[in-house]
Amino acid sequence: MATAAAQGGLFRRPTATTGWWSWVTTVDHKKIGILYCATALAFFVIGGIEALAIRTQLAVPNGTTLTAETYNQFFTMHGLTMIFLVVMPLGVGIMNYLAPLMIGARDVAFPRINAFSYWVFLLGGLFLYSSFFLGGAPDGGWFGYAPLSTQLPGNGMTFYALGLQILGVASLLGAVNFIVTILNMRAPGMTLMRMPVFIWMTLVTAFLLLFAMPVIAVALFELMFDRVYNANFFNPATGGDPVLWQHLFWLFGHPEVYIMILPAMGIISDVLPTFSRKPIFGYAAIVFAGIAIGFMGWGVWAHHMFAVGLGPVANSAFALSTMFIAVPTGVKIFNWLGTMWKGDLHFNTPMLFAIGFVSMFIIGGLSGVTHAIVPSDAQQTDTYYIVAHFHYVLFGGAIFGLFSGLYYWWPKVFGKLLSEGLGKVHFWLMFIGFNLAFGPMHILGLEGMPRRTYTYPDGMGWNLWNLVATVGAFIIAVSIAVFLVNAVRTKRKGREAGADPWDGRTLEWSTPSPAPAYNFAEVPIVKARDDFWHRKYVVKPDEQVTPVVAGGAVAAHEDEHDPGHGIHLPAPSFLPVLAAPGLPIMAYGVIYSWPLIVVGGLLLLLALFGWVLEPSEVEH
Amino acid sequence: MAKTKPAYSRTFTRRAVRGALVLLLLLSATACARSEDVPQSSLEPAGEFARAPDVLWNVTLAIAAVVFVLVQGVLVFALIRFRHKEGRKAAQFHGNTKVEVALTVVPALILAGLAIPTVGTIFDLQGDPATDVMRVEVIAHQFWWEFNYPEQGVTTANELHIPVDQEVVLELQGAATDAVDGNAEVIHSFWIPRLGGAQDMIPGHTNFLRISADEPGRFMGQCKEFCGLSHANMRVVAYSHTQEDFDAWVEEQNAPAAENASGDAGAGQELFTETFDVRSTVVEEGADAYQCASCHAVQPGVEVPLRTGPNLTHFASRSTFAGATFENNAENLAAWLRDPHGVRPGSKMPALDLSEDEINDLVAYLQSLE
Repeated sequence: MATAAAQGGLFRRPTATTGWWSWVTTVDHKKIGILYCATALAFFVIGGIEALAIRTQLAVPNGTTLTAETYNQFFTMHGLTMIFLVVMPLGVGIMNYLAPLMIGARDVAFPRINAFSYWVFLLGGLFLYSSFFLGGAPDGGWFGYAPLSTQLPGNGMTFYALGLQILGVASLLGAVNFIVTILNMRAPGMTLMRMPVFIWMTLVTAFLLLFAMPVIAVALFELMFDRVYNANFFNPATGGDPVLWQHLFWLFGHPEVYIMILPAMGIISDVLPTFSRKPIFGYAAIVFAGIAIGFMGWGVWAHHMFAVGLGPVANSAFALSTMFIAVPTGVKIFNWLGTMWKGDLHFNTPMLFAIGFVSMFIIGGLSGVTHAIVPSDAQQTDTYYIVAHFHYVLFGGAIFGLFSGLYYWWPKVFGKLLSEGLGKVHFWLMFIGFNLAFGPMHILGLEGMPRRTYTYPDGMGWNLWNLVATVGAFIIAVSIAVFLVNAVRTKRKGREAGADPWDGRTLEWSTPSPAPAYNFAEVPIVKARDDFWHRKYVVKPDEQVTPVVAGGAVAAHEDEHDPGHGIHLPAPSFLPVLAAPGLPIMAYGVIYSWPLIVVGGLLLLLALFGWVLEPSEVEH
Repeated sequence: MAKTKPAYSRTFTRRAVRGALVLLLLLSATACARSEDVPQSSLEPAGEFARAPDVLWNVTLAIAAVVFVLVQGVLVFALIRFRHKEGRKAAQFHGNTKVEVALTVVPALILAGLAIPTVGTIFDLQGDPATDVMRVEVIAHQFWWEFNYPEQGVTTANELHIPVDQEVVLELQGAATDAVDGNAEVIHSFWIPRLGGAQDMIPGHTNFLRISADEPGRFMGQCKEFCGLSHANMRVVAYSHTQEDFDAWVEEQNAPAAENASGDAGAGQELFTETFDVRSTVVEEGADAYQCASCHAVQPGVEVPLRTGPNLTHFASRSTFAGATFENNAENLAAWLRDPHGVRPGSKMPALDLSEDEINDLVAYLQSLE
């Protein structure tokens, strides 16, 4: 640890800018973004291993790889991991790194809260996983339907209730941070309708989080009280109602689907124009479609409950709302096609993943519409058809989109380009593996295979497609290995990227790679949508595009001689990482021993007290 | 624009088309090869309440297939046609209002077209049942089904028998508490795909599901809502009979249980009411010793009031047992009695301290209960 200057807080202020202390105490949105993505990728590998175990068990009838007990823990943790510890934080990580850069800001609005969010997320994830070593992981499904979830033995589902609660804190704080940052910290001239689509989708996602997280928080508290303190929210024998949980869970759960997919939609809305050498088709429509999805996403939750017996009127209403949310979703797909139309398409790896997203999302979107057909949904609900559908949306969609973003912005973050060769191998293996794994699940579901079953007998006609799905899962695993090799190899051998390797359109490409701590030597003044592109090119009246300066990129390298001298940046702090453990300690207290609740609460309180006293910047 | 296409692009297109055709052939070949043996398929409806969803599904699938081919076709075309080559210039347009409006309105119209038959069918399926229906009460337990026929006085488990061409209304009763351990009962979902869609069974609620079968047959189904360790082993079988066969079945079920004075079966009958120590149980509270008879009735139409297991009066007339998980034969029965939790995780039947001889006798007794 470097020498610290005393600065009137509880602690000497950390000053390290390199080395691992700099990562622990950082409040720099870029470092936090990298931490988010690295953590999410680590959890991606763990969740993937769980998936492989599940697929191995189901490769043949009467599989013996996993017991029913382990299987239930694995499928629950696979879902929780991929949703809360992979797709959401990967999106948040990319937002973290990019959002300030794309709007011309030097950091997020609340840098220390940003760091706190990350540590809470990390510790929440570790808390959840610690259950494996403390008697068994959650085993009631990610959807945790009561009253099964209130009475499953062991502490698994209590870890679920408390772990998601902790992760929810991280999400809520992140949401507030991004809303304030995007609304208040845009560079001069960056009007709302000049913002990159990714920023728009980040904003919509943040609002969805802001309103969805409190709903699940209520449900989780009720579950916790039912389990730990013998309350009766969901027990019908004592006046509770199991359907209450379902309404609360899906009122959160469906917006959650859009929380996962909208950032990926934003990413590809920036990737497709760059590699088509064209502006996005129908910017306003794509933005308003995103907002419309954000609103309509609140009115479709009961399509998860068509078999509950809500009655024909409620079922019809939710069938209609579910059908019509497909309209703004369709608008987005058509706009992406319009963006590529008459373009000059360059099939670099980010573009391949973006195209993969569009193609797979068409399938996921169409199968989504079929869920609105209530009578046939009564056949398909809770079968592998549903598993197929949401993997086409969340893997074929979100994960492909997030990988597109990783390949696209990797050079901005690390200054080096990921290998195109390995990137293409990664894409094609993943594309083929994905379709082999999840395509057949449509057929399995229609042929009557229910989900969440640890075994199936011979003679049901399900053997072939289960085997194919398992082969596909392992091909996906190989593709992820290729990606990891690519990442490691790029660190040593990667090609220097320069500031603007893709001929980018948005502000982040106007600053050097990796982006300096202060982001921009001078805060940019924005004059147009795709401002950076317009600084590089002029469109003549006959639609001919000509570079402003020979060689294209401007402004990218000119500030290298001036390493941001005199720019005030938020100072690193110990307090976020000190405050965060308070939450999991309190949670362990709920499970094991109440004095720990006091200990964790005091730690949190004291750290926040120090936080209040600590100035956000170090005076010179 | 496309005046001087280079030769490689034509071969590329041709190769792509040929590849797609081969893939399609392979897919349709596998699709045809498997129509035989899918006993639980929702695509093989066997009664009107399964056919209505199937008709809607077929319409939706056809529309979706057309949309799929069109949209993916446009995508693939654009990828090939507009891929980068020397000298290509991207057109710099920002949108096209007419196209955008059209592409918003057309899908909305298609969806509106789908909505009409959907809502119609929802009300048809959940509307008032016909007057001459047959009623069966269904109660779901972890992990088996209890069927009570109030009009016929029959109580049975895991195997549902119905007459053909008869609308049957299943009264799906969500028990509030589990009869064995007194905990809240969990949610189950009743589903026999070839006879109709699924309907959840929620503790404290009663739902109704209409089913019917056109022909005599055997139909597989299983619990569809995750309900714990043996959710995968909570299966159900339905038999449809001609009216005469159904009446005969009812009569048979209402006959008193077989009496066994001697032999292995006789010994088994005595063991049935003897008290055994419990070797292991998934139920934490409760006695440490049980009789078979404390949970299982061997008398027509009777439930054991406190600790309820399936009524076994005519056990040997069933083709399966334990949530229709196992074929009903001596070997499977012995394995089940030896280690119920080993063969069926989480089952609420306790493992009793039985010797091999006792297992033998009990199996013989169970097999005598025709």
